[in-house]
Formats: sequence, C-alpha cells, structure tokens
Amino acid sequence: MSPLLRTRQPDAAHAGQAIAVEKIVKRFGDFEAVRGITFDVKDGEIFGLLGPNGAGKSTLIRMMTTLIPITSGKAYIAGYDVAADPNAARCAMGVIPQAMTSDVDLTIEENMSIYAKLYGVPRAEREHNIAELLEAVDLTKWRDAPVKTLSGGMRRRAEIARGLVHNPRIFFLDEPTTGLDPVSRVAVWEMLNTLKQRKQLTILITTHYMDEADRLCDRVAIVDHGKLVALDTPMVLKQNVPGENVVEVQFRITPADWPQRLEKLPGVQSVQDEGGHMYRLLTASGSQTTAALVAMCTGNAVEMTTLNVQNTSLDDVFVHYTGRQLRDEQVKAAMYTMPDRGMRP
Amino acid sequence: MNRMMAIIEREMRKFFRSPTLMITALLFPLVQLIILGNAFGGKIRDARVAVVDEDHGPEAVRVIEAFHSIQANVRTVVMVPRADEVTAREDVRQGKLEGALIIPPQFSRRFLAGENPQLGFVVDNSDQFMASSLQDKMNELVAGLNLPAASAERITSAAALEIVELYPYIDYLKYLLPGSITLAMYVSVMIGGGILYIDDKARGVHEGYLVTPITAVEMVLGLNLAGAIKAILSGVTLTVLGSLIAGLGTAFEPMRMVQWFLLVCATSLAFNGMMFLLMVRVEDPLVPRALFGILNTLLYFPSGAIYPVQAFPKWLQIISRVDPFSFAVHGFKATLLKEASWSAVSHDLLFLTAFGVVSLTASSLLFKRTM
Repeated sequence: MSPLLRTRQPDAAHAGQAIAVEKIVKRFGDFEAVRGITFDVKDGEIFGLLGPNGAGKSTLIRMMTTLIPITSGKAYIAGYDVAADPNAARCAMGVIPQAMTSDVDLTIEENMSIYAKLYGVPRAEREHNIAELLEAVDLTKWRDAPVKTLSGGMRRRAEIARGLVHNPRIFFLDEPTTGLDPVSRVAVWEMLNTLKQRKQLTILITTHYMDEADRLCDRVAIVDHGKLVALDTPMVLKQNVPGENVVEVQFRITPADWPQRLEKLPGVQSVQDEGGHMYRLLTASGSQTTAALVAMCTGNAVEMTTLNVQNTSLDDVFVHYTGRQLRDEQVKAAMYTMPDRGMRP
Repeated sequence: MNRMMAIIEREMRKFFRSPTLMITALLFPLVQLIILGNAFGGKIRDARVAVVDEDHGPEAVRVIEAFHSIQANVRTVVMVPRADEVTAREDVRQGKLEGALIIPPQFSRRFLAGENPQLGFVVDNSDQFMASSLQDKMNELVAGLNLPAASAERITSAAALEIVELYPYIDYLKYLLPGSITLAMYVSVMIGGGILYIDDKARGVHEGYLVTPITAVEMVLGLNLAGAIKAILSGVTLTVLGSLIAGLGTAFEPMRMVQWFLLVCATSLAFNGMMFLLMVRVEDPLVPRALFGILNTLLYFPSGAIYPVQAFPKWLQIISRVDPFSFAVHGFKATLLKEASWSAVSHDLLFLTAFGVVSLTASSLLFKRTM
C-alpha cells in the first residue's frame, strides 16, 4: 500500500466498491462526450468497457483516472472521490494509458524504478515488487534491456508490470491489446488473468475487440455515443439478444419481397438488411432455418453466394442495443482517422 | 521531493544515454567560436591595389615609396601596376582589384606650388569593412606626405590624445567566447527543455506521470532542474574548452571559476524558466523546432555577443536591455575578459536569477496538472 493511502480514509458509502461512477458527464464545449453514465465495479472483477472508437470509453477512463476533469457527476476509486481526493485515488490505482508511456531509452527496470519512486514506494518494497512483477510478466531476463529494443508484445507486458509497481488495488487498461498480433493478445489476456489471481486485482479495461471482452471480462458495459446502453455478464447480454444463432447470407440477386419471405422461415426472429443482397437473420434454430433457406433458394432459383451460421456474439449484442454493427463503426472511425489517404467517409 | 528527484533521474538517465544530444548542444557554439572567432576581427592583409602614376614627378615617387612602405610593413596592400585610370577602375569594378590609387598628371608640380593637388582613390565600397580599412591606410599615406621634412618648433602646441588600453589585446575569438558559452546553454535548453519536453508530451510520457500522485510544482521543478543541470554541463564544458582554445588562462583561477560557475548556474536557471514558460501550454512538436531559429536571432544577436550594443538602433537596444542573453554575455565578458570584481557581475547574477524565478513561478501557475 502506498504511504499516502495509509493516512487517508475512503468515503464510507463507497468503501466496499472498487469503482463507482455516478451520473458522470464530460463536455468539450458544446459536445457531450460522456452523457450521465452510472455503474460500479466490484472488488476482484474484470470489467470491460466495450464500444467503437469515439464512443466515449477513453474519455470515461481518463475522468476516472484523474487525467481530465469531470464536468458533472462523481467517480470513486477504492472509495476515494477522484475530484476531492485525487492523490489517494491515484495511489489506489495503476493506469496503462492507450499510448505506450514508458521511456524507450531507459531499461524496463529503470522505467519501473522511476514509477515506483513517483508513487513513493520505499526502496526495499520497490526492489521486491520489481523482481516479482518482472517474473510474473516473464521479462526477468530482459530487465536491463532498453524498452526500444523490445517487441510490441513485450513492451505492453513491461507497461503492465510498470503499472502495478506500487501494488494498486485497481488496474485500468485503456485498449491494452490494440496493435498487437493475435499471439501477443492472447499472451496479454493470460497474463492479466494470472496477475488478477495473484494480486487480487480489480481490472477495468476498455476495448473494441468483442472476443477480448467476451473471453476476459466478468462483466461488460456497452458504451455508444457517450451513453451506457447495456451492462451485464457477457453470457446474460448474449441471452438477452433474441435468437440463439445468427445466419449471415448473401445472394447474387433477390426478388423484391425477399426480406418478407426470409422473415417467414422457421425459427427466424428478425431480419436485418445489410445491403448488397446480404441479410443477417437471428434465429432460434440455426439448422432448421438454414435447411429451409436452402430449399427456398432452390425453389425460387435464387443463387446464394455466401452462408455463415454462428452463435450469438457480443457483436450481435451491440447490434441489438445500438442498431449498428460494431465493426462498421470501427471501419468508419478508421477511415475518419486516415484523411490523408482520401478515405474520409 | 522524492518524486521531483525521480523526474530528474529519468531526465538525466535519458540525457546521458543519448550522447548525440550533448554533442549537438556543444558542437554548434564551438564551431561558431572557432570559425567566426578566426574569420572575423583580423586585420586586412595583401589587398590588391593598383597605383596608376600619370605624373612621374618627384612627389609621385614619394607616394609610391610610401605605398611600398605600407606593403613591406603592415602588409595591408599589395601594389599591382596598371597603365591608366580607365583600366584600373574597370579592374576594381570586375573584382580583380580591391582599389586603385591614381596619381594625376601635374601632381608634383602643383604640390610643390602649394596648389593642394588631390590623389584619386577608387575603392570597391560594396565591402564596407575592406573599403574602410583601405581608406584609413590611404589617409595615413597622404598625412605622411604632408608632414614637413623637419620641424623648427621645439615644443608642439597641438593637442594630442593618449590611448590607455586597460587589457591586453583581445582578439575576436576571445570577444566571441562569452556569446558562445551563452549560446551553448541556449541550445541545450532549447533541445532538452523545449524540443524533448514537447516530444515527451506528444508521446504520452507526461500522461504516465499525471496518473501518479506527483504534484504540479514537483513536476515543473523536476523538469526545470533537470534542464538546468543539462545547461550547466554544457556551459561548464564550453567555458573550459573555449577558454583553452582562446588562451584565457585566467579563467582557471579559483575566484574566477567560482564567478563564472555562478553565472553559468544563473543563466541556466533563467533560460530554463523562459523556455518552460514558452512551452508550458504547447502541444505541437513542430512549435519548438520552428521557434528555435527565431528565438536564437531575437535573443543572441541583440545581446552584444558579436557586436557592441551601443552600435544598435534604439529599438534594438530596448530588446537588448530585457534580453537575458545580454546579461549573461555581459557577465561572462566581465569575468573572463576583464577579470572584473564581484560588483561588476552582481547585477547580471541578480537579473538572471530573478528572471528565472519569475518565469518559473509563472510557468508553474500556467502548468496544467490534467491533460
């Protein structure tokens, strides 16, 4: 525990919660980036904030981690009000921002040591923590390597170790696996699970990867346009979506009344026209719907070009709650951030 | 305090791990000192001047003898024969000659008749320094011609001026050294406190600091003290190297060393404070790079480092009066070139320290603890 925290008392009403956010709002001029979000995170949870780029996830995490002032509402970290007692809140949490903030010219150990000093960790505790964390993230033999010589995955692991050097209770990670290859992403997930168990951590991550939220998080909050649109365990969120399977099908050409005919197929609960003769069917029975669909195509001489049957995912949850596909939003955001390539939508 | 020390530790580790930065900060002022110090301040030698004798009389012979005397002694000029004035004038225009002395026809007769004849001097005045030096020499030559062969007066009645030089001859290399020391510290502050500070900010390094319990004052002081240490290292290195190159042995006397070291510290503090104040709200990494040259021109040249402030127009003198560079240059000149007492540098030390403290206080107030 940080020396600062030994002298501070958390707010009694929020003492039992790792994180509590109440009607939090952030405005930048006329633009409201976060619109009155409320949620809490229990001790020991891995909590995910899922949403496309620009949904307000990073703004939300920056308010919780004292990086930007809150316009209105409250945020409590380990019971400490981040606006009234920011330093106590800072000591209780470790933060890994979206950008790599380690100094690339310094070694992993030097980076960790400097951050331990910034948090006021005493020397003996500092040395012990560094050794333990380096071992936990499997970087002990790289401790003297300058950060610039490490791969992207190793750098991220080094950042995670650095964020925990002062033994925080709560760990914030803003898009921790963005830009990593699939193998490194899985390695980071496993490492976070191990650290959570070892250090009894509460973890809040933001992500726009549905599989990451699905596999890693105990509970997921879906954020869209600065609002909280759903919050529950990934399992419950998926159960709330009508249908158990998703059938994605594309045809070469379709008759005018084709969507109505699709709706009448057995088990189908909803049909979404994706454009380009592509349809997304939520169904209670993937096998029955698929069999009837094939028969209907054969009978009407409609050529099917692709067919994909899958279980309900968080992507479907996102579509259910927002009416849009998460991946579409990501593509739009990616296009918007690359104006120089002439890809502005 | 420990958090501030952590910032300093990080900055210094980074500084020593990138020797390129240290070398760059020193190289520019050192090169300037050596090149400009040797290029400027020397006397004109071997300028090609034609002598066109259209008289061929006894006084023309005296003129040519006097010319030969200058050529043989101070070597300002080398005589180049030309047959006529037109050719000589054209050669000056074409840059083949630096000047041409014309002894007109009937010069000797008119001189002996007391008719005040004139010698002509064609000079290339596109180069003011060269033209001025040659004109001085030709005026000396003419004054020599006018002197009587012997004076009947035992006591001269004309007033005279005796020049007393306080210091041994100071060549331009020595004159330039105070400016070069100041420039080395400016470059160090500009790179360490300006460019790298904004680069770190843009890369998110400061975001990492801001989530820790460090206070705004600890962060400002940590970054500035680290910057000041880097500037002090540059200043001390250049003072030692520059004094050795310029042959200023007195710079290594103990009292003198204390004096210039305090000046280096005060200058570093002032420059860092100024730079941090300018950069405290800047986000774009291009801004310090763009400001580098402008600030250099605005602060270095009006400081009197390379030309006397008294020769500036009024508006430039006003800039010079509030420019911390001026006080640093004045202080280093006093201690290194004039071996002055403490009272000569106390005003500079006081101004630089006060400037540093005021700008640091202002930048602490402007510093944003959030993003």
